[in-house]
Amino acid sequence: MNYVIIGNSAAAVGCVEGIRSIDKTGSITVISDEPHHVYSRPLISYLLYGKTDREKMKYRPDDFYEKNSVTALFGVTAEKVDYEAKKVVLNNGSSVAFDKLLFATGSSPFVPPMEGLDTVPKKFSFMKLDDAMALEEAIGPQSRVLIVGAGLIGLKCAEGIRGKVRELTVVDLAPRILPSILDEEGSDMVQKHIEKQGITFHLGTSVARFGAEKAELKNGETVEFDVLVLAVGVRPNTALAAEIGCKVNRGIVSDEHCRTNLDGIYAAGDCSESYDITEDQYRVLALWPNAYMQGETAGIDMAGGNQLYDKAIPMNAIGFFDLHVITAGSYAGEAYVTRTEDTYKKLITKDNLLKGFILIGEIARAGIYTSLIREKTPLDTVDFELIRERPQLMAFAAPERAVKLGGAKA
Amino acid sequence: MGIDYLSPDYEVVRNPQRCIACRVCERQCANEVHSYDSEWKVMKSDDSKCVNCHRCVALCPTHALKIVKTDDTFKINANWTNEAIGEVFRQAGTGGMLLSSMGNPQPYPIYWDKILINASQVTNPSIDPLREPMETRTFLGKRPEKLERDADGSLVTDNLPPNLELSVPVLFSAMSYGSISYNAHESLARAARELGTYYNTGEGGLHEDFYQYGPHTIVQVASGRFGVHKDYLEAGAAIEIKIGQGAKPGIGGHLPGEKIVGDVSRTRMIPEGSDAISPAPHHDIYSIEDLRQLVYSLKEATNYKKPIIVKIAAVHNVAAIASGIARSGADIIAIDGYRGGTGAAPTRIRDNVGIPIELALAAVDERLRQERIRNNVSIVVGGSIRNSADIVKAIALGADAVYIGTAALLALGCHLCRTCQSGKCNWGIATQRPDLVKRLNPDIGSKRLVNLVSAWQHEIMEMMGGMGINSIEALRGNRLMLRGVGLNEKELEILGIKHAGE
Amino acid sequence: MKRVYVNEKWCLGCHLCEYNCAFANSGCDDMVKALKDVQIYPRIQIEQGNGINFAVNCRHCEEPLCVKSCITGALSVQDGVIHVDQDKCVGCYTCILVCPYGAVMPGPTGGVVQKCELCTNNSSGEPACVKGCPNRAIVFEER
Repeated sequence: MNYVIIGNSAAAVGCVEGIRSIDKTGSITVISDEPHHVYSRPLISYLLYGKTDREKMKYRPDDFYEKNSVTALFGVTAEKVDYEAKKVVLNNGSSVAFDKLLFATGSSPFVPPMEGLDTVPKKFSFMKLDDAMALEEAIGPQSRVLIVGAGLIGLKCAEGIRGKVRELTVVDLAPRILPSILDEEGSDMVQKHIEKQGITFHLGTSVARFGAEKAELKNGETVEFDVLVLAVGVRPNTALAAEIGCKVNRGIVSDEHCRTNLDGIYAAGDCSESYDITEDQYRVLALWPNAYMQGETAGIDMAGGNQLYDKAIPMNAIGFFDLHVITAGSYAGEAYVTRTEDTYKKLITKDNLLKGFILIGEIARAGIYTSLIREKTPLDTVDFELIRERPQLMAFAAPERAVKLGGAKA
Repeated sequence: MGIDYLSPDYEVVRNPQRCIACRVCERQCANEVHSYDSEWKVMKSDDSKCVNCHRCVALCPTHALKIVKTDDTFKINANWTNEAIGEVFRQAGTGGMLLSSMGNPQPYPIYWDKILINASQVTNPSIDPLREPMETRTFLGKRPEKLERDADGSLVTDNLPPNLELSVPVLFSAMSYGSISYNAHESLARAARELGTYYNTGEGGLHEDFYQYGPHTIVQVASGRFGVHKDYLEAGAAIEIKIGQGAKPGIGGHLPGEKIVGDVSRTRMIPEGSDAISPAPHHDIYSIEDLRQLVYSLKEATNYKKPIIVKIAAVHNVAAIASGIARSGADIIAIDGYRGGTGAAPTRIRDNVGIPIELALAAVDERLRQERIRNNVSIVVGGSIRNSADIVKAIALGADAVYIGTAALLALGCHLCRTCQSGKCNWGIATQRPDLVKRLNPDIGSKRLVNLVSAWQHEIMEMMGGMGINSIEALRGNRLMLRGVGLNEKELEILGIKHAGE
Repeated sequence: MKRVYVNEKWCLGCHLCEYNCAFANSGCDDMVKALKDVQIYPRIQIEQGNGINFAVNCRHCEEPLCVKSCITGALSVQDGVIHVDQDKCVGCYTCILVCPYGAVMPGPTGGVVQKCELCTNNSSGEPACVKGCPNRAIVFEER
């Protein structure tokens, strides 16, 4: 059996480990357009922050490919997939035959047209290791950095380089930061915390035009800068899959086994869509854990095993300057909110289920909440008054605890 | 305060260098001795509440605690001791009787410690129990008067009186559910089953969960008749009529209403919150003839299938009383010495009434032999059997087996603080408070009891082997195996043993 | 594989497991030196209330969400035991986000996470919490 994986990040590793949990001998080829051993992309901000290094960033040990008998092709791009001939054509002229193929192609930064952008000499994306290293080269203690985008990528970048530059400004069209994971109150709290680190926000506005070392904003203000980071958004890399007839919405459509509509073709990770059980719809869930588990599911299915990935939910754990934020699920429903000076908690319930939550500052044991969402635990089977005060197993009935902790059979 | 003030008997000494303020002591003390001062960030203790049960000492992870006898003292007086003065003060303050628990702690002679055991040398070989068979099994009950054989010459065995078979001559003595906890009872029951012996319900009835241990249970019928019904009598392997108890001969029992809750109330068959009062005498027994009626009533009720035990406290005329019991139809006489334990007794009674079990046993065995009725009954003795040597000495003095109560409780964790009457046993034994009861896990408790009795069994076999005896039955009443040290003529005469050197 | 199982019926809420855990993972051979006058960060934690107590530590799941979700590869399974490489961990807390037992927690500095590794990472030999439990409320067994 020939397995081919296009991509070399979380979904790819999940797929390799999934395949090898069942098939110890089949040939696996990983095609990576980056020249690096598998590393964790979310760590590039931590790399700049100084919390990790190139060695520790490796997502799996150096002998990962060898141990799993994987042929890893680094710095090679898959140009085309020939579905009829069952091969992937590479940019170096060669091709790789497959029986089963996984698209783990991830996503790419999306840059909207902005006037004068061509004239900015030092501009960067913030997705890959090479982006981070190039950015690190370009900045210095006197740098004034402008980041366009107050989402997860833009703000993690801001945290990563804050200590290395003189001025840091973040602009976003949205009226608040992290709108995809926080509500207004949460955004406000995190923004104030980040502002204390000397980072300036211009929200609800965008760059009208870039000039020489400055950006004129639509609200009339001007931001002077010498390094620009563009973190506006990302788009799933779906072109290769679309070409051969894979169904593509925003991402490549794959089912709960991570199969696409084409036999033997799978998709996992940021390039694909998963079924979000909190929204009851297929969505791109560009999340590291999601990518790994989709990849693993695909790998197991490719190798003839049986695994379902049917509990996908949006979720994020993120921190900025020691303020930790954990969120999950969707926020439509009845809200229960508690707030102190340093903490914020919002639980959202609907139809006897916990649908989502936001925790800021106090995040201990958040996974117990996440599990309520993922397992769709009916809230009338737990002591919700207790658990909403604080995540705890005490809120479950004793027989349930005996299963969870005591080794009793479910 | 003032005239009523008494210094605490014991002081909690905390080594501040070792204390890590983990507060385990605080959580584990039902008497609320320990507390944490969040201002000073130190643990504090209130000595006046300490009963010296050692729970905190045992659980302190850094061994930062010890408990010492206070050295605060009244003017030294060999007659008016601190205890004597303190008791007067307490009674003058309250007008009440003094209550105590467990056995008589006063420094009366301990005859076990004045008796020594023989061993073989040269002329009669000793036996190595690791190499040769050694029998510790024994039977309690009447012996058949004669052997009968059928036409084929085989022994006729279907007409034997009911007996209890013990794989080791140790039984757990009567401790009621109510005086001790559910988990203590479960520990005893499980250990009895594993050891091939018996535990005793006391007069608290038999919890429905423990009927499964019936073949290893002795069910007690006492003056209060608590928990006695047909199924109860039939559940046990034997029935014990309790006349008296070594810790409080001549008086009844009183379990206060606050302890009669839930399962205790149901098991005793009395309403929740009502005091469980056991009268001093059985109101239907005023003579040996009356006793005989109860013995035979119980035999009738259980179809003559179960041996009947009559338990009495060791008192002055014990030999004559035992003779009467042996003639009452009882199969086994249990005698409880004055050091026997209790969950609560008036201090004066506990400390001053009754006689030593060693003397009572010797007197009873001798009297029954003289009257040629020794084989009508087995004798079980209790009232402070502390180790395997005490057992060997008891059997050589004429006992068939022994009851252990205090030793069993010690195995379960009892530290002999003698505060059972408070109901706040920190070791989960003498309490009904659920948070305290759970401190005794019967998995641990039963295992420790099995360990203890197994260890004693090995030691008994070693001592028997040393004497050249390979069967516990051959040791029974074999007083030649004993010698006294430091005993006067009269004591030797009653014990029926020679002095060492003779 | 041997795992730590909890029997809340016998848990006294004495918290000794927490202290034994903190000591075992302190790297110090003297409990007093290790724990005196410090805030402890045990990897096993007692929940208590309404007369019920029980200890919670890592279940070492066969399908560990924490390992699958870890963005750095710091969490891994070795012979069934879930380990955390604190050198690799960046403290993103994704594991805290996903652990259904709440058994992964920030370490003393908050910069990295910690969790029960069944004392395979220290000199205790077998889980210190189990060794020190006075009432066998936690056991280390093959089931």
